[in-house]
Amino acid sequence: MSMGMRGRGGPPQKPLNFGPSVRRILGMMRPDRFRMAWVVLMAGVSIALAVAAPKILGMATDVIFNGVVGRMLPAGASKEQVVAGLRARGETQLADMLSAMNVVPGQGMDLSRLGTILAWVLVLYVAAFFFNYAQGFITAGVVQRAMYRLRAQIEAKLDRLPMSHFQEQSRGDLLSKVTNDIDNFSQTLNQTLTQLLNSVLTVVGVLIMMFSISPLLALISLVSLPLMALITVGIAKRSQAQFITQWKTTGELNGHIEEMFTGHEIVKAFGQQRAAVEKFDVSNERLFQASSKAQFISGIIMPSTTFVANLNYVAVAVVGALQVSSGALSIGSVQAFIQYSRQFSQPLAQLGGMINLLQSGVASAERVFELLDAEEQRPDREPAATPGPGTVGRVVFDHVSFSYRPDEPLITDLSLVAEPGQTVAIVGPTGAGKTTLVNLLMRFYEIDAGRITIDGVDTADMTRDDLRRRFGMVLQDAWLFDGTIRANLAYGRLEATEEEIIEAAEATYVDHFVRSLPEGYDTVLGDDAGSLSQGQRQLMTIARAWLADPAILILDEATSSVDTRTEVLIRRAMNRLRESRTSFVIAHRLSTVRDADLILVMDHGRIVEQGRHEELLAAGGFYHDLYVSGYQVPAVGELAQADGP
Amino acid sequence: MLLRLILRNLRPHRVPLAAIIILQLLQTVATLYLPTLNASIIDDGVVKGDTNVIFSLGGWMLVITAGQVICAIGATYLSAIVAMRVGRQIRAELFTTVETFSAQEVGQFGAPSLITRTTNDVQQVQMLTLMSFTLMVTAPIMSVGGILLALQQDVPLSGLLLVIIPVLLVAIGLIVRKMVPLFRRGQKLLDRINSVLREQIMGISVIRAFVRRDFEEERFAVANRDLTGTQLAATRLMALMFPTIMLVVSAASVGVLWFGGQRIDAGQMQIGALTAFLSYIMQILMAVMMAMFMFMMVPRAAVSAERIQAVLDTVPSVSDGPDAVDRAALGGRLDFDDVSFTYPGAQAPVLSGISFTAEPGTTTAIIGSTGSGKSTLLNLIPRLLDRTSGSIRVGGHETARLTLDSLRGVIGLVPQKAYLFSGTVASNLRMGNPQATDEELWEALRIAQAADFVAELPEGLQASVGQGGTNFSGGQRQRLCIARAVVGSPALYLFDDSFSALDFATDARLRAALKPVTTEATVLIVAQRVNTILGADRILVLDEGRLVGQGTHAELMDSCPTYQEIVTSQLTEEEARA
Repeated sequence: MSMGMRGRGGPPQKPLNFGPSVRRILGMMRPDRFRMAWVVLMAGVSIALAVAAPKILGMATDVIFNGVVGRMLPAGASKEQVVAGLRARGETQLADMLSAMNVVPGQGMDLSRLGTILAWVLVLYVAAFFFNYAQGFITAGVVQRAMYRLRAQIEAKLDRLPMSHFQEQSRGDLLSKVTNDIDNFSQTLNQTLTQLLNSVLTVVGVLIMMFSISPLLALISLVSLPLMALITVGIAKRSQAQFITQWKTTGELNGHIEEMFTGHEIVKAFGQQRAAVEKFDVSNERLFQASSKAQFISGIIMPSTTFVANLNYVAVAVVGALQVSSGALSIGSVQAFIQYSRQFSQPLAQLGGMINLLQSGVASAERVFELLDAEEQRPDREPAATPGPGTVGRVVFDHVSFSYRPDEPLITDLSLVAEPGQTVAIVGPTGAGKTTLVNLLMRFYEIDAGRITIDGVDTADMTRDDLRRRFGMVLQDAWLFDGTIRANLAYGRLEATEEEIIEAAEATYVDHFVRSLPEGYDTVLGDDAGSLSQGQRQLMTIARAWLADPAILILDEATSSVDTRTEVLIRRAMNRLRESRTSFVIAHRLSTVRDADLILVMDHGRIVEQGRHEELLAAGGFYHDLYVSGYQVPAVGELAQADGP
Repeated sequence: MLLRLILRNLRPHRVPLAAIIILQLLQTVATLYLPTLNASIIDDGVVKGDTNVIFSLGGWMLVITAGQVICAIGATYLSAIVAMRVGRQIRAELFTTVETFSAQEVGQFGAPSLITRTTNDVQQVQMLTLMSFTLMVTAPIMSVGGILLALQQDVPLSGLLLVIIPVLLVAIGLIVRKMVPLFRRGQKLLDRINSVLREQIMGISVIRAFVRRDFEEERFAVANRDLTGTQLAATRLMALMFPTIMLVVSAASVGVLWFGGQRIDAGQMQIGALTAFLSYIMQILMAVMMAMFMFMMVPRAAVSAERIQAVLDTVPSVSDGPDAVDRAALGGRLDFDDVSFTYPGAQAPVLSGISFTAEPGTTTAIIGSTGSGKSTLLNLIPRLLDRTSGSIRVGGHETARLTLDSLRGVIGLVPQKAYLFSGTVASNLRMGNPQATDEELWEALRIAQAADFVAELPEGLQASVGQGGTNFSGGQRQRLCIARAVVGSPALYLFDDSFSALDFATDARLRAALKPVTTEATVLIVAQRVNTILGADRILVLDEGRLVGQGTHAELMDSCPTYQEIVTSQLTEEEARA
């Protein structure tokens, strides 16, 4: 068993479209651009506050220092007297310092002034708290709303994708995009958006302060900027491919898991758990390789930028020290500069770390974009034609050709006419194209040549919705959704009343078994766990179509899993339903076939014969052969008997 | 739960873990040492005007910086490897565990939830593990170092820490506590999104046929809105964390100045100590902020760990018993002895008191109305479900005492729902027998009446199969599923209404072709149509979980009213139409 996964061992990954993708991501937030403007504004304010607070705190330190100095000086003398006294003693340095201070000799610390300053600082901090919080609060909303839209877009996209997309793509991979990738993407945005802003603003602010102190040292610091950028970009390029692989492999793994869990019973029945696990291990190992490499390579960014920041720090220290020695700068200035260069390099290093996160996010975003950009089915024609509300139900196939794959023609030059109210039975060996015929009728696939008309109107000119509303369909695969039995029945006609639902249920023998369930019509059909048998599920799909009350009916081997007793009842119900409706029945029951107004005998995508049962039998052609082989093969006489006479 | 899960999975990585700790330790020490060296440059070099000291200390700083970056990169390398290994391990363990589940446990969690748990939830735990490697060493050292240094400066003022630290812890604790239930809900809603979307993909043709786009959009929108709302509440709480910590620590620095100022004024403390004290407070702040990144991830990861553990802790209802034996060549003889089955929690049994024997070389048909328990009966044989009471023997051996591998090895099941796996025709057929040659595969295809259409495919056996087999028609799928069972040449065939999608001609040819390969095998057929089982050696008639009759067609026609009813209902119809 290979249970192959798509896109395995892919060629070298195409690099991220970082620029365009980021633009697209920002574009996603366009509806919230005014909120984003608020965020930028608030970030500016909170950073200004963060810069201002230490200054004011410094004032508090001054008050304390003044108090200390004041206490050392003799009480009663004025500051000027003390300064003059110091100068007289030749302690000019101390005198200068003192004259610049706000000191009252003999007096200790001005507690009320200290209190006032600290109260102000506290106010600043509280204000900063609110700005910070508001910023995060708004950003969270912007990001989550964008994710909401993205998920909704994907779901809406599903409706526009051609059917073939779902056969070619792994379901689990698609699901992974909606759960894992969008999740990763939103976490990334949440973590980086505000920080990115704060870091950039801080760098700019600090740079201004640095230039105001020493242009030379500031220039030295600036040298580190392109260096850091170079390193970051260089490393990021390498980790990109790994992040792409990481999320792609996550999708593949999800695909394998989804498939194995869906076919769980078969895996078990054939004792294939080990093979499933082996296969899982291969993907799991690849995911490990990709994600550990991605994390490692991108994890290097932060230490590397920190290293450059430290080099810068050393350079500033050494050059600054030399400058002081040569008298070009004061010690205090160098000290202050060093403080600032710390504040400068920290956000820079953080930016590097964020780029790491961002790459992972963009890799996920691109997977989502890839789905959103997938080729869609041909849009409905504008303006659309319509046969009018009262469908008569004359269906014509006019030289129709179709193939799923260009190199394998399936249906070629097929023509047929179904008159209103007729029952058309489609028979033929499996794979002859019977289901395909239905697919074309419903425009699940577009025909390659010819045309199909309903009451004279080309279906290609109608909107798909208009077309499909005229049909009722019972598929072999009994698809029901996770909801109550009532809701599933009402799927046929959403506005149906309770009476109508029960009437349909009674007519299709659903009512009987539903009433025996403890919760009746409120029974919730679980995801996979079958509270209903396959046959019961199929009955429900018939009830659903009954409720829809369509003009044209399509029955695709619909009653295959229903026991004979029930089937008889259903057939009676169906006969009633078929009255005055055009019906297409993919039949493998002889009774249906014999009953039909028109039998289409299909083989290899062609209608090889058409007519009524007796005519076709009498003709002694393909139908006759089919019929004979079904009943008179001696070897099966004991085991197999179809509904023969 | 979270800690237990991570620690248990870290156990095999003790050596690299120790290396990470040492490297992080060195790295942190280097970070803390750099400012000290810088201070020396100023004190010993600049102030004294000694250029040599400036250069030599500058050189030292370079060496330390280089050492730091090497340690950091080493730590990053090991962290990435170990954390991702933990993820790989948990994923593998989850998948392997689910593979031991029976349908019952899978249904209990729901496939979509199991899928989310195996990928998304593991991702949360894995990222937290990675994050904690970076922070588990650095943050404590920095904060403990900060506290020690603060204490060294002034003990009474350090009393402030007794207020700050609990306030911080309480604030973070309160936020985290509010986040946990939100994330718990969030992960569940992620399951829901997964589930709705999966349904929509599976039912795409029905949705389109009924033009229920709007209905589905709304159904998804409800799940999407719920998820967005929950995640929004959680991220907003998260957004509260950083400003809160900032506020507490900033308020602390204000407190330091206020109380410190008074102590200085009273002559109990030096002014230099105050400045130092402030910078240590800032250092503690930094540490707490770093730790906060971890705290932000903890609630979600904790919820994920719960969900993962719940799967790992689930004991599969069907498993090899302690005394299970491996029997290589089991015969196909099948005995049911007073077998009953009740779904856990359900009141009424699905099957009760079923007894019958099916001998090799015979065909036993099971008939009964929809929901009478036919499929359940079949599922009990390969132990996809386990009987509640009674005994089932295959080849004379109690199935509960056989290893699942040896039991399932002799059974060829053709399920009601013809499901194929993505891959190729050959890979699907080889599920029955991995060693089968191409020739054997073709033989099985011929028997299953599938050789013709497979031969017509350009790639033949290597033709690709889409997920579920959707690129084949219903009848083709069913025949491939039959071929899959034939490839294993089982001693016991179980056909669960497996011919329903076949046209009558194909059906007939298939049965004929099956005959010679099943002469030695026991065949069980669940059927809907009486006429397809007329020739069966034994017919079992099920009604509401009970065996109401068994025997040949003729016998049952005489003795079993339910069977008569089934037969008449059909024959009346047929006769009426004849």
